[in-house]
Formats: sequence, C-alpha cells, structure tokens
Amino acid sequence: MGINKKTQSCLTGLALMGWSAMVRAAWEFNFQIPATKSAQTVIDLHNMMMIIIMIIFIGVFAVVSYSVFKHRKSKGHQAAQFHDNTLVEIAWTVVPLIILAAMAWPATVALLNMRDTAQADITIKATGHQWKWGYDYLKGEGEGIRFMSLKATPAEQIRGSAAKEEHYLLEVDKHVVVPVGKKIRMLTTSTDVIHSWWVPALAVKQDAIPGYVRDAWFKAEKEGIFRGQCAELCGKDHAFMPIVVEVVSAEKYSQWVGNQKKQMAAAADEGGKSYSLDELKSRGEEVYAANCAACHQANGKGLPPAFPALDGSKIATGPKEAHIALVLHGKPNTAMAAFGGQLGDGDIAAVITYERNAWGNKTGDVVQPADIKAARK
Amino acid sequence: MEATHVHGAGHAHGGDHAHHPKGIMRWITTTNHKDIGTMYLWFSFTMFLVGGVMALILRAELFQPGLQFVEPEFFNQMITLHGLIMVFGAIMPAFVGFANWMIPLMIGAPDMAFARMNNWSFWLLPPAGILLTASMFVPGGAAGTGWTLYPPLSIQMGIGMDMAIFAIHILGMSSIMGSINIVTTILNLRAPGMTLMRMPMFCWTWLITGYLLIAVMPVLAGAVTMLLTDRHFGTSFFNAAGGGDPVLFQHIFWFFGHPEVYIIALPAFGVVSHVIPAFARKPLFGYTSMVYAIAAIALISFIVWAHHMYVVGMPVAGQLYFMYATILIAVPTGVKVFNWVATMWRGSLTFETPMLFALGFLFLFTIGGFTGLVLSNTAVDVQLQDTYYVVAHFHYVMVAGALFSAFAAVYYWLPKWTGHMYDETLGKWHFWLSFIFFNIAFFPQHFLGLAGMPRRIPDYALQFTDFNQVSTIGAFGFGLSQLLFLYIVLKTIRSGEKAAAKPWEGATGLEWTVPSPAPYHTFEEPPVLTEAKGHA
Repeated sequence: MGINKKTQSCLTGLALMGWSAMVRAAWEFNFQIPATKSAQTVIDLHNMMMIIIMIIFIGVFAVVSYSVFKHRKSKGHQAAQFHDNTLVEIAWTVVPLIILAAMAWPATVALLNMRDTAQADITIKATGHQWKWGYDYLKGEGEGIRFMSLKATPAEQIRGSAAKEEHYLLEVDKHVVVPVGKKIRMLTTSTDVIHSWWVPALAVKQDAIPGYVRDAWFKAEKEGIFRGQCAELCGKDHAFMPIVVEVVSAEKYSQWVGNQKKQMAAAADEGGKSYSLDELKSRGEEVYAANCAACHQANGKGLPPAFPALDGSKIATGPKEAHIALVLHGKPNTAMAAFGGQLGDGDIAAVITYERNAWGNKTGDVVQPADIKAARK
Repeated sequence: MEATHVHGAGHAHGGDHAHHPKGIMRWITTTNHKDIGTMYLWFSFTMFLVGGVMALILRAELFQPGLQFVEPEFFNQMITLHGLIMVFGAIMPAFVGFANWMIPLMIGAPDMAFARMNNWSFWLLPPAGILLTASMFVPGGAAGTGWTLYPPLSIQMGIGMDMAIFAIHILGMSSIMGSINIVTTILNLRAPGMTLMRMPMFCWTWLITGYLLIAVMPVLAGAVTMLLTDRHFGTSFFNAAGGGDPVLFQHIFWFFGHPEVYIIALPAFGVVSHVIPAFARKPLFGYTSMVYAIAAIALISFIVWAHHMYVVGMPVAGQLYFMYATILIAVPTGVKVFNWVATMWRGSLTFETPMLFALGFLFLFTIGGFTGLVLSNTAVDVQLQDTYYVVAHFHYVMVAGALFSAFAAVYYWLPKWTGHMYDETLGKWHFWLSFIFFNIAFFPQHFLGLAGMPRRIPDYALQFTDFNQVSTIGAFGFGLSQLLFLYIVLKTIRSGEKAAAKPWEGATGLEWTVPSPAPYHTFEEPPVLTEAKGHA
C-alpha cells in the first residue's frame, strides 16, 4: 500500500507538473512563480480572498438561481408581498463586517512586512528615464557601480519583419545583478515623468517620481532571471522599458562587481583620448540607436511637433556649443532629457559628432570627449 | 404601488404643441424636460459609439504582439479619449438623460425646477464633446496620458492637452448645473404627499448623486486648472523642481475620481431598484436600508481616494487607513445586493429584456465588486496596480454595472417615451449577445493582469498573446452587438405595438399614470397621493 501510494502521488505530481508546464507556455492565468517570500504571501492572500469570495458568490447566486427557476410567473408562482425584515437586514450588515475584518488582519501583517525596508544589505537606486532605467549601486557590495539598462529587443521584431524571440520586449542589454538571499533595498526616482519599477516575481512595484525618492525591498530566495517592466504610463514608449533582475550566488556577484569596476575605470579616463571622425561616427550611430532614435527616429526626421527632426535642424547644424549644451542639460517640460547624467563623455561626443554628420547634416565637425568634459564645467 | 391613487393626471393639456418652435429650433430653444432628456440620451449614445470605435482600435492593435495598426503615441491618445469620452460623454449624460425624462414624471412635477438652465446644461455638452474629439486632429494629437492626466506627462503634451482641459471645464459646468437642477427639483417639486421616504428609489439615488457631483466636479476643475497654469503660466504645483509635487495631482484627481465612480454607479443602482421589483411583481425589499446604504456609500466614497495610489509611496499608515476604509464600502454595497436578491425571492418573475439586463447587472456587478475587494487589499494590489486586472475590474463595474443598467432603463421606459413596445425577441438577442461578448472581452483580462501584463501598453510579451486574442474577439462582438441596440430603438420609435400607459404588470409609480407616449406637458396640476407609500 505504501509503495502504491507513493507511486500514485508521484504520478499525480508529474501529471500536475506537466499540466502546469503546458499552462505556463501559454494561457497564463495566475501570478508568476514567486521568487521572494513577499510574492508568495501575495499569492496566499489572494487565494484566501478568492476562496471566501467564491463561497459568498456561489451562496448568493444559488439563491438567485433558485428564485429564477422556482419563483416564475410562468410556473404560476404567486408573488409574496413582504418587503422588510429588520433581523435579516442587521445580520447581513454585521456578518460581512466580521468577514471583512478577518480578511483585513493578514493583509495588515503582510503589508507591514512589505514596507519594512530597514537593515538592507545592498541599496540600489533605479532611475526612470523616458524610456529606460538607470541603476546606481549606492550601498553595500558593489557600491559605486552605475549603468543604463536599455531594451534589447530590436525594432525589426516589434515591426514584425523578424521573428519574435522568447523574451520579446522583456530583454535588456545590462541586467540588474544581485546576490541571492540578501535584502536589497530599491530606491526609485525619475528624471522626467512618473514611471513604476515592477518585477512580478519579486512582488516589488514602486512608482518612480521625479524629484522624490521612494523605496521598496526584496530578498530573492532563489537564483534566476526575473523580468518585469514599467507599470506607469510614461509616454510613447511606456511598453518598451523592461526590467531584468538577475539573481546570482554570492561568488558570482563578487565577480560581476569586479568586472563592472574595471569597465567603469576604463570608461572614466576617456576624457583625455581623441578619436577620428569615422570612429566617432560609427560609435555615435550605436549610441543614437539606443538613446535617441525612439523619438528622433533612425532617419533623423523625428515625429514633429512633439519630437523635432535633427536632419537639417538649427541645433544640429549650428554652433557646436549649443548642441552640446542641449544634449547635456536637456530641455525642461519636454521629453528631451538631460543626457549629461546618463552617458559618459565618450558616448556624448560620439553621438553629437554622428548627429552633425549624418543624413543631410554635413558640418564635418568633430566633437571630442575633451570638449564634453570642458562643457560640463 | 397599487395603493397609489392619482387625481387629475397630467394629460389634460398634453396635446398642446402650439407654443413652441418647430424643426431644429425646437431642440435648440427647448426648455422641456422630455426634449432635453431625449437629447441627452442621443448625445450619450453618439459618444458611446465614438468611444467604442476607439476601444476597438485599441483591441485591434492588441490582437497580437508587435505593432500592427497604430503607433504607440496614437495608441496612448486613444486610451485617453476612450476613457474621457466614455465617462463624461457617454455614461454620465445617459443617466442625466434618464433623470431629466423620469424624475419629473416620478415625483409628479410639471418640469425641472430650472428649465432654462436645463437647456444650457445640455447645450454645453456638444461643444465639449467636439473639443475633446477634435483634439485628435491638432498638431501633436490628443493628450496621450490616459484619462487620469497625470503630470509631469501631461505637462509634456501639446495643444491637445489644453483642449482636453477646457473640455473638462465645460463638462464640469454642465454637470454642476444639471445636478443643481436635479437636487432642486427633487427637494421642491414633489407632489403633495410624497415625502422623501416615499420617493422612488431612482430619485433617491439621483438626489445623493447630485450632491456628490456638486462636491467633486469643482475639485476636478481645480486640478486641471492647476495643470493649465503649470503648463503655460510658470506655476509649479506639480513640478518638484519648483517646490511642487507630482503626486499632489493624483490626490486631487482621485478625491474627485473615486466619488465619480459612485456618481456613475448610484443612478444605475436606482434603475435596477425599479426594474427588479417590477418584474418580480413584489415591492423592493428593505427600502429604508437601501436609502441608508446609498448615503453610506456616498459618504465613504469621499474618504477612500488613495486606494488608487497604493504604490506611489505613501506612508504605511496611510496605506492601512485607505485599505480599511475601502474594505468598508463592501458592507453597504453588499446590503444593496442582498436587498435585490430578497426582492426577487418568492416573487412572480418574468424575464423581459429590462429584467434580463438588471439580472446581468446584478451578476456582473457583483463580480466587479468582489475584484474591487481583492484590489482593496494593499499587499495584493502591489501586484495588480496598473495591470489588466484593474482594467477588467472597472469594466465590470462601468460596463456591466452602469451600461447594463442603462440598457435596462432604456427598455423599461422606451414604451413610455415612444408609445410603442420594442421588439422583445430582438431585445433578448441584444442582451444575450452583449452578456456573452462582454464576458469574452473582459473576463480574460483578469488573467492577463494576474500574469503580469501592465495596462496602457500597445505591445506585450509573448505569454500574454492568447488571452489578448480572446479579449479582442469579445470586444468586437460586443461593439457590433450595440448596432442591434440602435436598430431596436429606431424600430421602436417608428413602429411597434402600441404601448399601454402601464405596459409592465408589476410596475409602480406616477410615471405609469400618464399615457404612453408621455404627452409634451405632464402634471401641470400636481397629482395627489392619497395613500401612504407612493414609492416604487
């Protein structure tokens, strides 16, 4: 009997796994598989509420259905004329109140825990930009690392001229890497409009509000890659600013931190280097595609009037200084961001050189990283 | 009530059409509550079709992943206009239309209290509707912010945003005037003997809705005016760099926005409280507790607004307070549902189209109420805020709640308005098509939200494809079914069996004591209620 039971439960388990794998592939109908205790708590709370709701719903509509089938005029049912019953009315006011209070208690406990951001191991700031996320590792191992994380899904896939990959729209060039089992405090803010940093498997959703800093936390229980996206309408490309969190072991995390530090050091002393026009143009084209093309378009024609054309524009063909200043500081109350805080001197020099020499713009100007460094002062 | 006796029913001068202009001028200059009610209803239906086409554009784009039909910025504009047009252009005017037509007939008044202002309240709507819709065609297009107009995104928008702001100002003026009119009419023009607690339930819901509107429309007007000055006159209400706070807008907006939900829902409750007793042939159960429940819902609706903002980062004490207050709304709402069920219990039920829509309302609105309860739980809402779960929730409340109730109202009162019975077979087709396609369109959106699909996106990850396709098919079916409704109404106006003064066996109330169609002028002499309990 013992063996039998074991086999049986094994088979059931396998069948369930097969079923859930099948369901996961498509027709997703429930919360994503949780990677934190908070996410599991949300699922448990939701299940509890659904059970209570189903019981009440079925109860109420059983009465309605009975009435619909039995108390029909076509079956000769005569209408009763009662229209009050104080006792019943008090009961169906008080009983729901008690049920609701019972539901509120575990919700309160869960919420207090979800909002307790104290004693974090690592603090990371996520900054929303139209339309990408920037990350600063502020405290704990990895302090000082900062990078932009851009959507990696190519335009061809979005426009349908290339097949869509498995992680369509949920892939970025640089993952947010964090160690497993550590409490990560996420600060959120924004440089332009309100965004919202959301990763379902971690149960973190926190609005990123320009001029203010908010916080939330998570502690991943397992390694893996967890995907999310911006959850607050932030303009044209709201659907195209994904978030990818990669949870790794402590050793791998230390390795990653080491690599990042080296890369950053290499990028930092670019101010002294100088490049040829062609070098800057080809690098600038990549920077442009990642940072500028969403609004100003790959062909430089923009989407006027909201997003002006660069091809033939006064800025891109006029004095260099004004062009550099605009890219560094942005334009208030428009979607033109201040890229000074987002990109290094080399990238800004390259993209400005590109814009001044691409399409119909033939200024022949070369902007070097040193020019940007000087303009920042 | 069968015990209601009416003396001097108001059709003595009913045929008198001598003193008002003909043709288009009749409609422009009219101060007649029935004409104005009719115009409100046609305006509402027109905007319903415009907003509906916009919804179908959204659903077409969402049929598969990738960008196929529209660009993301246009998609965002459609989202904004669909929301604003459906809320301010379709649903609210529909219920004001019912109020105009029916409240004077229900309370035995000759017309609305301020007949001239009534004309003005209506005629403000078309310019506002045109301003809003035409903003699509100006440089930069309409506001691409969603109907919530959150800054700083709304600060970035072009002239379309300013047009939306002015449209909202005008719509607000219209609503405030309409509300003052309805409140004054109900408080002052009731027939002798009709005390407040004998008043039909529809009048009660509108009395309270009127006060809600007067309280919150100026708040919305203030919020959008602050947007306007931030955009053009250098103020910084919502700009952190100038010492403001973008979240302040959300607080003001939702202080309007949450009562707005009940502004739409309460008159819908009122309609259902007439239709269910009529087709159960049994008085409304718990009239008094119904009135208290409406008042309680209205009061609580003022103190729950920030449950729309659980993830903006308010203090945890704020989150807890708003969660408890929101949960509390379930109590009076539950009382209403239980009362309707008890009204049906041991009645003598028939299932004409108005009753079908009322039952559809009861079933689907309860689902919408329950998902609201799930969303009220702050911890769970962290996962559901700004997802399709929310979209599903408020469409169960707004479409299956308010719109189904509006359909019930039209079928219930159409014989009174036109003097003809509608085609019952087609009416039932309309109900079943609407009911089935509505659920195909919106039920899968719960799953999408749970699985993690954000709202307001034109393109989505591949795992969301299947349910989006189902939803799009349902949406097109639902949209097309509404053309059948238009056909039924037109057919009823032109032809159809002659309707008796009281075409529904179980209907009660003064409106059924005047002939069908209701004469141009009614109750020029107030009716006298000789028996207690004049209410429906």
